[in-house]
Amino acid sequence: MEAVMLLLFLKRYKLETSITSYCKIKNNTVVVNDKQYFKGTESDELSAFLGALYKQMDLSYPKFFKMDKLCKLGTLATELVIRNNIDLDNVPKNEIALVFSNNSSSLESDRNHANSISDKENYFPSPSVFVYTLPNIVIGEIAIKHKITGENAFFVSGKFDADLMHNYSSILLQNSAISTVICGWVNVDGNSSEAFVYCIKNLNFKQENNVFQKQHNLQQLYSL
Amino acid sequence: MEVQEVIKNLKSQIIEQLNLEEVKPENIDANAPLFGDGLGLDSIDALELIVLLEKNYGVKIKDPKEAKAIFASVQTMADYVVANSK
Amino acid sequence: MSTRVHITGIGIISAIGNNIEETFLSLSECKTGIGKINHLSTIHKNDFLVGEVKQSNEELSKIAGVKNYNRTTLLGLIAAKEALQNSGIKNIKEARTGFISSTTVAGMCHSELLYKDFFENKTNENFIDSHFSGVSTDDIAGIIGIDEYVTTISTACSSAANAVMLGARLIKNNILDRVVVGGVDALSKFTLNGFNTLMILDTEWCKPFDENRKGLNLGEGAAFLVLESDEQVKKSNKKSLALVTGYGNANDAFHQTASSVEGYGAFLAMQAALKVASISHQKIDYINAHGTGTPNNDSSEGIAMQTIFENKVPKFSSTKAYTGHTLAAAAAIEAVISILSMQNNMIFPCLNRSAQMHELTSSPVSVIEKNVNLEHVMSNSFGFGGNCSSLIFSKN
Repeated sequence: MEAVMLLLFLKRYKLETSITSYCKIKNNTVVVNDKQYFKGTESDELSAFLGALYKQMDLSYPKFFKMDKLCKLGTLATELVIRNNIDLDNVPKNEIALVFSNNSSSLESDRNHANSISDKENYFPSPSVFVYTLPNIVIGEIAIKHKITGENAFFVSGKFDADLMHNYSSILLQNSAISTVICGWVNVDGNSSEAFVYCIKNLNFKQENNVFQKQHNLQQLYSL
Repeated sequence: MEVQEVIKNLKSQIIEQLNLEEVKPENIDANAPLFGDGLGLDSIDALELIVLLEKNYGVKIKDPKEAKAIFASVQTMADYVVANSK
Repeated sequence: MSTRVHITGIGIISAIGNNIEETFLSLSECKTGIGKINHLSTIHKNDFLVGEVKQSNEELSKIAGVKNYNRTTLLGLIAAKEALQNSGIKNIKEARTGFISSTTVAGMCHSELLYKDFFENKTNENFIDSHFSGVSTDDIAGIIGIDEYVTTISTACSSAANAVMLGARLIKNNILDRVVVGGVDALSKFTLNGFNTLMILDTEWCKPFDENRKGLNLGEGAAFLVLESDEQVKKSNKKSLALVTGYGNANDAFHQTASSVEGYGAFLAMQAALKVASISHQKIDYINAHGTGTPNNDSSEGIAMQTIFENKVPKFSSTKAYTGHTLAAAAAIEAVISILSMQNNMIFPCLNRSAQMHELTSSPVSVIEKNVNLEHVMSNSFGFGGNCSSLIFSKN
């Protein structure tokens, strides 16, 4: 049903968009713009893998170590999307939107916080854990790191909903001051995790030094 | 409790509690400011330090405004712990 | 594209009433719903004041006409049903209808009751399901019969404003004819303990925009609004309560939980909302501020208002001292209160104030105002994660 509506919508506005870079992280493997960027040790747990990826990316951002796994994953994936994309300095920071989504909300941190208040004898809830018990904090962390002040939204849906994401970013690109949308599906539940972050612009946007640009089928790209 | 011993313990406890991955205890100057430029700590870290003192030393800080002076440096934290722990 | 976006129905439940009528009565009598904890089971029972909905889950089930749902779903269902009834909608399927809800902790109130057993006894797995934010949305949508476009927004305390914004856009873009938008959050130990670690809870009644404010009181509740297109309103020959004319959202990009000193994100959100509404800031007659009563929010928001309104801030107040801070429901609850203000030409004042904030040159409305014509009302909502939203409602 939604697909039909989306089609009608796109037909009406002839709005076409293109992905200008993307990053996928799954099974300890990082793919950026169709190429494998990094492969962690298969047996590594998520924390160790994310630490190794951070080192590989040569980042110097102490705040990273304070984040929960969801934020670490989202921050690193977005960093790779931005690094392999448009020159961020040339886009006003209030023209960049962040539209994220996932299935498990902030479940990992929710569990940690719930554990810390469940035992009366050992009752020490931690503010730095509680801070991460909202899924949109990952957007906050990305906004802080890159000083992005444009519109932002976080959806919780059963699975990656290509229509919803495309729908929403199309509306933004069409009807608002937003010129660039960074979209993300970032999910962490136990040791199963997944990130798919991509940047989209209007199709008429042409990059100098065009690194990567393609008309996309989001669902396909996600399922690759 | 000896102040020097508390300082030593606090340094490693702070690193652990605040996830200061890239900091070593010997790099923390007991008299240097904890906030601002020093270790790059923020308001959530301050709240976390309040939990740290309660958890490890049974010392309670009720008013967040009080915390500012207590958390000026590791030295002032240690002094407060020694003066207030039972 | 440009259809206008009409509000044709509202529904609300919070500490100050189970429906519109009760809510309006409490507001016009300046009566707070905040008091001692009654239903929530917590070791902090005597430490904090909260805006609890007065009914038990059993009583709420009766009002909602359902069985076996958690408090979050019950509250949402009661408000959503009232909104549909208020809008006179009988047949959901006669138009393309969507449902956009928002929540921060969803079924946490229920999950935590079962949490300990969960790991020892896997039979509770079904209940844990309701922890996921989307589940209460799906439950409510299912019961009221909406399946065309159902989604959940989770951007902390600005969530419901973003639901209104998305709903308005879906109508403007002719993707939907009408959409039920809003938010719901039930009180939980989870949030109470969490906000306590952040040391932003007041142990007494919260005092928004007061010099001596110490923090917020948590609350619970739900509110929903029915938004409809011009065509849909004409077709059903309905009365429009008000229009959604402006909306804006921005990120403060400052801190996970704290607002920047100058309220940059808030400023950008209000600026964007005015732009969408195509009105100058002088046209705003009243602002229902976010005004949580925390030292940080009220100062940051106040400064942002002074900046965008060039030091001529319109009349403003926060209604959090009535309902408590209802988190993901707050923006919807305050949207409904804004509509009640417009309909009744009244401004519901800040409660518990005694001293002017030193950071501000402007002061909020502190005594109820009657017979004030409110053409354009702004409603602000800001959330953790830097998410700042501003909505503008206008008379038809």
